[in-house]
Amino acid sequence: MPSVIESPTLDAVWSANPYQPHAARIVRIYHMVENNHLFTLRFVDENLGLSFRHKPGQFVMLSIPGTGEAPISISSSPSRPGILELCVRRAGRVTNALYRMKTNDVVGVRGPYGNGFPVAEIEGHDLLLAAGGLGMAPLRSLLWYVLDNRDRFGSVTLMYGARTPADMLFRDELVSLVDRTDMNCLLTVDSDPGTGWKNHVGLLPALFDHAVIDASRTYAAVCGPPVVYKFILRKLLDLGFRKDRILMSLERRMKCGVGKCGHCSIGYKYTCLNGPIFTYWDAINLPEMI
Amino acid sequence: MKILKLQKGKLDYFASVAQQFGEVHAPVEVDGGFAFQRLSRWSEARLDYPRTLLPPKKYFLPQRETLFQYVPDKGYVPATEGLDKRIILFGMHACDIYSLNILDMVFAGAYPDPYYQARRKNITIIGIDCIPDKHCFCRSMRADFVDHGFDLFLYDIGDYYLTMVGTALGDDMVLATGSLFEQPSEADVDEYKRRSSSKRAAFRIEVEIRDLPEIFEMEYQSGIWDELGEKCLSCGSCSMVCPTCYCYDVADSAELGTRAGARTRIWDSCLFSSHALVAGGENFRHSRSSRIKFRFYHKQRGFVAEFGRPSCVGCGRCISVCPVRIDIVEVLERLRGVQHAVSH
Repeated sequence: MPSVIESPTLDAVWSANPYQPHAARIVRIYHMVENNHLFTLRFVDENLGLSFRHKPGQFVMLSIPGTGEAPISISSSPSRPGILELCVRRAGRVTNALYRMKTNDVVGVRGPYGNGFPVAEIEGHDLLLAAGGLGMAPLRSLLWYVLDNRDRFGSVTLMYGARTPADMLFRDELVSLVDRTDMNCLLTVDSDPGTGWKNHVGLLPALFDHAVIDASRTYAAVCGPPVVYKFILRKLLDLGFRKDRILMSLERRMKCGVGKCGHCSIGYKYTCLNGPIFTYWDAINLPEMI
Repeated sequence: MKILKLQKGKLDYFASVAQQFGEVHAPVEVDGGFAFQRLSRWSEARLDYPRTLLPPKKYFLPQRETLFQYVPDKGYVPATEGLDKRIILFGMHACDIYSLNILDMVFAGAYPDPYYQARRKNITIIGIDCIPDKHCFCRSMRADFVDHGFDLFLYDIGDYYLTMVGTALGDDMVLATGSLFEQPSEADVDEYKRRSSSKRAAFRIEVEIRDLPEIFEMEYQSGIWDELGEKCLSCGSCSMVCPTCYCYDVADSAELGTRAGARTRIWDSCLFSSHALVAGGENFRHSRSSRIKFRFYHKQRGFVAEFGRPSCVGCGRCISVCPVRIDIVEVLERLRGVQHAVSH
């Protein structure tokens, strides 16, 4: 028999552990909307920060020590590396704990995970981004990626609706896009309680009256509450969009982010691996999707 | 594959040699049932057991497992305790070995799970064949035989065990016994074939799985799911005893008074109402019927799409533990439209 039994290796637990959170410092907390702050993070390990590369639409697992972990979509564009911007709704245990933290506190981050938007496939086509309410958070990464690589895309239209100007995510930033001539930025609110709102007032689907969309050469990225899907999807199908060119970002419970824990499973897809970006064709074919 | 034979009377000697390679665990009778446990003496082992209550997945994906210790100023430090422990699982059935081969697919992929992988590497598997009982349908699930996933596999051929040597480690164990193992004869192989045929005839349950994914799609709106939802208690027992259920929850705990803590993963079940609940209160599988439908759908349709086969090995554990007698075989046959004649 062999005189020495091979000593089992635990190297992978240390060096290739997919569950390992990395320390990241909160460098800025921007009070964007009530219970929806934008947290800017920077990896404590500078090399890690430089090597972190994500695609628009991907997400990270955010750890708050002693509380837990939750999936959060990345709102910053990969075309502006070095920092991570997370638009976080105060909703559960982990996000409540995050809201108790201050600038310079350290959290844990791992990722990026998920498929992200198929930007290479979208290149050369027109793009319509349609968001309602908090749905702007995952689309903002795609918006800036496209604007920072403007020459690779055809016409770009953003339609974003919120209840009031105070409920609009990234309001100042988006209002400043209205004057850009290389895109059509359409912003609307259901009502304006006297804040001097200078953009549209009315429901999101009404913005289609102000846009020129050629469905045959356009991809649509849609995100929002169920009512947004209901009306926007109908509108897109009426315009003649192909079902696999309508992209949606979904939210599910996740414990691992890497296709093991089972929670984000929809039919036979994992939101974490096969999503969170799904096409409308996927949605029709997978039960319980929206 | 190297094939040898071992005289049955020498099995205890082989087990004593095997101890040099790790802590020997085997099925033991506990409270009228069977459980894989560490042996205090070889005579406790019950290699004629029908099935253990919990499958051997408990060794690879423990019910509770600490993934990280949170140490202030150091961050999340991986927990490695127990991962390098050498264990020998003596007497695993083919279906249970097959279930590990299925779990291997889940815990590998683009993000290999290093905890599972370490345990898989450090746990030696000695399989043994078995005779099906009234709940076994491993043959229908193509899991009544395994061609890999074990170090050694013993087939009963009367006075001997015909022994398949699956790995170099298995071979080392054989060599460590000196000349305990012998070369099998043609007659031994014939005896194996004869017993293999009679095992086939012993199955009392047969389920056709070929086009189950298609049938699941067609029967997605079937009234069967509401009926099962009415019956199911959402107790999750079927998931706990399932050798291929791998869903887990993750929880952080903090020590009072310090900022230290731990991150632990715990077995979970898609039948629990919290399984698809997201922050803010939205639950994607609110009703019991949607959850039990999901469990069947994921195993028999979703997993097939992902990995090419159902995540079920036909071990019969879920049938034997369900407090309201939901029987997977009966459900599959009803979906297919087969009149169910088997009673329990």
